[in-house]
Amino acid sequence: MAETSEHIVKSFEQELARLRSMLATMGGIVENELALAARAIFAHDLAAADLAVAEDRKVDALEREIEAFAIRVLALRQPLAADLRAVVAALKMTVDIERIGDYAANVAKRSHVLAEAGLPQAMGGLAHLARLVQENLKRVIDAVGESDIAKATEVWRSDQMIDTVYNGIFRELVTYMMEDPRNITAATHLLFIAKNLERIGDHATNIAEIAFYAVTGESLPDTRPKGDSSAFAVVRP
Amino acid sequence: MDSMSTADSISTALAAPAPADARLPARLSLRALDFFYGATHALKGISFDIPDRQATGLIGPSGCGKSTVLRVLNRMYDLYPGQRATGEVLLDGENILAPGTDRMRLRSRVGMVFQRPTPFPMSIYDNIAFGVKLHERLGRAALEERVEWSLSKAALWEEVKDRLRSPAQGLSGGQQQRLCIARSIAVRPEVILLDEATSALDPISALRIEELVDELKREFTIVMVTHNMQQAARCTDQVAFLYMGELVEFGPAAQIFTAPRERRTQEYITGRFG
Repeated sequence: MAETSEHIVKSFEQELARLRSMLATMGGIVENELALAARAIFAHDLAAADLAVAEDRKVDALEREIEAFAIRVLALRQPLAADLRAVVAALKMTVDIERIGDYAANVAKRSHVLAEAGLPQAMGGLAHLARLVQENLKRVIDAVGESDIAKATEVWRSDQMIDTVYNGIFRELVTYMMEDPRNITAATHLLFIAKNLERIGDHATNIAEIAFYAVTGESLPDTRPKGDSSAFAVVRP
Repeated sequence: MDSMSTADSISTALAAPAPADARLPARLSLRALDFFYGATHALKGISFDIPDRQATGLIGPSGCGKSTVLRVLNRMYDLYPGQRATGEVLLDGENILAPGTDRMRLRSRVGMVFQRPTPFPMSIYDNIAFGVKLHERLGRAALEERVEWSLSKAALWEEVKDRLRSPAQGLSGGQQQRLCIARSIAVRPEVILLDEATSALDPISALRIEELVDELKREFTIVMVTHNMQQAARCTDQVAFLYMGELVEFGPAAQIFTAPRERRTQEYITGRFG
């Protein structure tokens, strides 16, 4: 439902705008944090890793700020309908964005170990996965900022591709471990990195669902296309 | 997190959606109701069902016709020349707009409480007994029992039981309003109409009435007009939004206040026009 007119109460309008802007800021920081994390592992840039971890602290602080502000708006304005959905959505999205920040920081931290003992032959698939996840994250943050349901739905659909790529990486890394036990340390770290990226994709999907609900008042279908079957995967030598 | 979608959990919590086709038995049914104040067309083809023993809210900006709907439901408009209703209003399947309707009987079946308390200038006891005596012949003991019953239902008995013979005007505004509710309950109606019944009260008294609505709807069908969106959200099970004499949207309160389907409903309840 499109918003056509402004609130009679201007200050309420401003508060909702501020909430949107804080959310956009938080989304932007997390996008940057993920980019730094990717640079840390793919370009062996340990300074970028430290920057990513520093960005994550900003994300945590912003989460608390948005939460406090949203609760204040709920208490003082008692919003209804689209306004209520916008405030509740902001509260829920910050939780997902904050988790994304945590996963990105975790990816960044592993770059130190990889710098010591890497597994260069395994990095291609991972780079592909990181690119897909970064694209989805950017798209979903844009979708939130622009209240663009088409974009949100696209993110929700395309998570399947991320899952498929993740499955491939999972199998590939297990194979390297079986080939040579000396690969196990690096491969395990890479597996965690891949899993973290895949989880970021899931949280982007959650955000897409929340954005869809906030704008339309309806939920996306219960079942979303999924491709992560690694929970059932067995690789035999 | 990846299996249970977050938006689902929000919408479940907020909308608790009543399936649109799960129809509750209707106590009142409005069918193509039109209403005219002289030449002014105040209600235009209104149709919806008011379910039995639920609270139904009527909301909309001033002049939208919500109070007019209440005035039709007990044919109060009959008291004024030049006002007429067409269409049907079925109370238990019987058209109350039909010419032969016994209006005295109708008004005991469909009671009304107004914005400002309207106690009669008599004692608390007589305020209740007066209406009962118009409709029924009860012995003294039965009448006393009825007075206690209705005052208890209106959550006023404990506060007034020791001064039933005192003038009703000595009660506080909130107590007077509960007395008016007791008075309408006393004739054992099926439907109680509340026309902004809390807007002249202090917040605590208003909350008491809201609490009372919750109790009363176990036995009576409640139809309430309110300008207070939070109150409508708190007290009603379904809501009709009227605008310029037309029914724009009718649905479960939980859906109307979280995800209204119509843009005009959305704009009104979020304070974008009114």
